[in-house]
Amino acid sequence: MSTQRTLSITDKLYRDRYKVDEDSHLWIKDTKMCLKCPFDFACIRVCPTDVYKWEENKITITYDACVECGACRIACYDVGWKNPKGGFGISYKYG
Amino acid sequence: MTEKFDSVVVGAGPAGIAAAYTMAKAGLSVLVLEKGEKPGTKNMFGGVIFRHHTEKLAPEFWTTAPIERHVVEYQYWFLSKQSHVLLSHRNQKFNGQYNAFTVHRAKFDPWFAKRAEDAGAVIINRTTADNVLKENGKIVGVTTERGDVLADVVIAADGVNSMLAKQAGLRPETPEAATVLAVKEVIALPKQKIEDRFNLGPDEGVAALLVGFGPGMHAGFMYTNRDTLSVGIGVNMKDLDESKRRPNDVLEQFKAHPSIAPLIKDGELKEYSAHLIPEGGYDYVSNVSTDGMLVAGDAAMLVNAINWEGTNLAMTSGILAGETVIRAKKNGGFSSRNLSTYRQQLENSFVLKDLKKYRYIPKFFEANPHFFVEYPDMLNELFYMWHVVDDELKADRIKRMKGYLLKRRSRLSLLKDAYHMWRLFS
Repeated sequence: MSTQRTLSITDKLYRDRYKVDEDSHLWIKDTKMCLKCPFDFACIRVCPTDVYKWEENKITITYDACVECGACRIACYDVGWKNPKGGFGISYKYG
Repeated sequence: MTEKFDSVVVGAGPAGIAAAYTMAKAGLSVLVLEKGEKPGTKNMFGGVIFRHHTEKLAPEFWTTAPIERHVVEYQYWFLSKQSHVLLSHRNQKFNGQYNAFTVHRAKFDPWFAKRAEDAGAVIINRTTADNVLKENGKIVGVTTERGDVLADVVIAADGVNSMLAKQAGLRPETPEAATVLAVKEVIALPKQKIEDRFNLGPDEGVAALLVGFGPGMHAGFMYTNRDTLSVGIGVNMKDLDESKRRPNDVLEQFKAHPSIAPLIKDGELKEYSAHLIPEGGYDYVSNVSTDGMLVAGDAAMLVNAINWEGTNLAMTSGILAGETVIRAKKNGGFSSRNLSTYRQQLENSFVLKDLKKYRYIPKFFEANPHFFVEYPDMLNELFYMWHVVDDELKADRIKRMKGYLLKRRSRLSLLKDAYHMWRLFS
């Protein structure tokens, strides 16, 4: 129907404004748990901005893409989640 | 920052600003901490702000506030793979007495926050409240990267992911089933195109809810702004997890629907955003008060998913929290007993009365996803059958439609569903 080009998540995130901190506000509490993940990598699946990836037997976190929705936190208790430092992280222009 | 305030409000969203404004206007010393660069920059919604409740804090706000459009039409779309049935209510009364406004939160929230500032509240941006500060078991303030802030009462209006409510022990970890993940795009289109496509006058707007495009509890939404559209999906987190679908894929599938695609065609993506919505209802509302702290808005899980209401519950809970602090100060004490009257105020207001009324609905829909999947599909098929013109006799057609209906759902389950709907809403 539409001639609309479908943008990748990366393309979409280029439209968003971030102020990136040096430190991650996301972490894995127990990385050993990921080796036998009981949730079928829910963190990877539920994240709308592809923050989580499984690389070389561990979860890697591209925290600078995070829009701080909290979906990963709800889906897996092994995800460590806190608010970025004041002024850092996503900064919506529209919202 | 070791100065002590009557109240420190965490979060400059609708709940926090309502609380701050209420208290500052009564002469209390109020500090608002906002983690974003300015109010609204961390906020997104698929939604509107409501005239009735917003006016309690800012009479005739639409004359000066950065609003987008006032809603004159509410649309309910029932989608099937390549069709839709649309139920829509447009009313000129919404042009006379405004009901709701579409806004961009990054523009509206700073304006709203300015109201609290003008009333005397101090707003500090770029400051995250990391934890509650306790003394002898009582909350006496919050810690921030800039130092501790002391206050008689902390009002946690820090949103759906409220770290403070959790740290204070007021809210357990939220179950997946009680939250919805919303993913939204702001899509720019020329103003005239929006008005043509949605059949709107210059300031008029549409709020649309769409169901029937997912394997479970998926809902889509569309809101018309001045020269952008807010288009997104909301998927129950449990449903998303179990279906193993990716949020962005659900959004793209929704946008590609043949009934939706023409409405957003040639639009330019301006922003991609995501947020959780606490839609669990009454049974998931957090404890809202403890010694030295109150919780308001999304942080307390105050959202009415049935009527698409949230900002008004946030504002009202903020006002009630603010009034509780004012009363406690007057009565000479911020004891947990004085602060616990806040819960009663919420119970007496529409906030918890409405959620209580709908108490069993979220669980009902969770257990009966066919309302979101099968019924919209059936509705489309029945409309299609009704409208196809061929040689079939109408007596045969009606029989065939009845047959189709009963093949998809038994007479008993249809009756049961009708009965349950009646019971849930009455």
